[in-house]
Amino acid sequence: MPVSQDDVEKVALLARLTISESSLNEVTERFGRVLDLVNELNSINTDSIVPMSNPHDMTQRLRPDTITREDQREALMASAPAQEQGYFLVPKVID
Amino acid sequence: MSDTALLTASASELHQMLKARAVSSEELTRLFLQQIEAHNGSLNAVLTVCADQAMADARAADRQFSNGEGTVLTGIPLLHKDIFCTRGIRTTCGSRMLENFVPAYDATVVAKLKAAGVVMLGKCNMDEFAMGSSNETSYFGPVKNPWDTRCVPGGSSGGSAAALAAGMATLVTGTDTGGSIRQPASLCGITGLKPTYGRVSRLGIIAFASSLDQAGPMARTAEDCAHMLAAMSGIDPGDSTSADLPAPDFSAALTGDIQGLRIGLPKQYFNDDLDPAVSEQISKALSHLEAAGAKLIEIDLPHSHYAIATYYVIAPAEASANLARYDGVRFGYRCENPADLEDLYLRSRSEGFGEEVQRRILVGTYALSAGFYDAYFNKAQQVRRIISEDFRQAFTAVDVIAGPSAPGVAFQFGAKQKDPVSMYMEDIYTLAVNLAGLPGLSTPAGLVNGMPVGLQLIGKAFDEGTILNAAHRLQLDTDWHRATPDMGGRAA
Repeated sequence: MPVSQDDVEKVALLARLTISESSLNEVTERFGRVLDLVNELNSINTDSIVPMSNPHDMTQRLRPDTITREDQREALMASAPAQEQGYFLVPKVID
Repeated sequence: MSDTALLTASASELHQMLKARAVSSEELTRLFLQQIEAHNGSLNAVLTVCADQAMADARAADRQFSNGEGTVLTGIPLLHKDIFCTRGIRTTCGSRMLENFVPAYDATVVAKLKAAGVVMLGKCNMDEFAMGSSNETSYFGPVKNPWDTRCVPGGSSGGSAAALAAGMATLVTGTDTGGSIRQPASLCGITGLKPTYGRVSRLGIIAFASSLDQAGPMARTAEDCAHMLAAMSGIDPGDSTSADLPAPDFSAALTGDIQGLRIGLPKQYFNDDLDPAVSEQISKALSHLEAAGAKLIEIDLPHSHYAIATYYVIAPAEASANLARYDGVRFGYRCENPADLEDLYLRSRSEGFGEEVQRRILVGTYALSAGFYDAYFNKAQQVRRIISEDFRQAFTAVDVIAGPSAPGVAFQFGAKQKDPVSMYMEDIYTLAVNLAGLPGLSTPAGLVNGMPVGLQLIGKAFDEGTILNAAHRLQLDTDWHRATPDMGGRAA
């Protein structure tokens, strides 16, 4: 099933990306080539194969819930593109 | 020793000179900074130079040697790939998104190498968010290959590989999610190792695909890689996927004895995709190993063909999740005058990310979206297990698997930019190693038309020592790793 410009625009919105009108054709065409590549997976039988999400099938290691790092609030806030009184600043979301 | 000899010496050689006080770290550091100054304008391999800090660190290293202290990496000039967070030093990941990002902490790899005494000269250019095989996706412009500046250095650790080949540092770091250490190492004629998944902490490495990413050493010799890996390895409470294993002294494995070593040659790695001239060099390298006592055994990795399709579901899916954090709010690029919150997200991401990164986010989002998860992501994770099982089977009969690192030598700029899939094919021999979480390295195997070729050696999980020793044997028997590009009659 070839991918349509509509599909690409829908996925773009899910990913919070915009695609300009002028590049939509090319983006769709190149996206389609990647999908053609990955569709090769359909030709392999995977019945009863357990999905592998970690190369060593590791399990999550747990640790005691204790503070391990000093407070770096100011250093981390310094990376914010906009802030006010120690809070991240965003456009108004509630009228 | 001449300046050129110092710029192209291995860390082990420089260590002997530093220890004997035949040269100081301060002299070395000044020399390498001059080399960066002289050649970075044409190569674009280095994004940030930290000259003052480097000189201060070099003087501290010299004080250690004068007190009779100092270990093998003390005072050695090094460049980090710009994917490693460095406290107080801009870390861009090759992206406009992080053009002005200054981390509040050091990556574990950076902290560990600092503790081992290296002198950090600066940060290397790379493909944006490590997505690319040619360094053409960097927001800061492509890196040129010092062997021929019309050609790419490979990627995504292309800045690191080019800088090392050009004599701008003695050691460099890289990361490898699908071949990003081994392929540029091959194209620039250096030694580069991707360790076993979990061997090196990922804390402070800007995330691409978390189940595949590994950091590793890139250097002039297998011996230097062994020393670097020993310094970089070990469990880290800050990375729950780091392996709970001691960091061994990998250099102890470098006996040079490979008598009886069983080397598997997958017939799928010597197929029509491989440049015949590259294939010939790989055969020569294998003959050297055979002459040193190794046994060459043909093996089968029957599902190799599916590695590329599997990778291009899993890596973009993980990337789309990891890169969701770039929202223009907490850190990174933010668009001008957003109309509302939605507009802030959309434009910050579309303006901050380049084309290849956006394509992979789209593919990953698609593969994870409702109705497609089973058909793509789950399916790819099942095939990942099948591919991994191929390796497990193969390693019951052999100790090491060998083949080419890349299907050809460095190609010219623009050659593979129109079709993303043609670029993805650069990594056909390296991707499966990441899917299976195994260690792999690339070691120089001579030149084809004046351009370097790399031999790839793949090991069992957590058995980096065996592949490093095989590469070390090859480096004792050939001068291929000693070849350096002609830097136009100037220094290196």
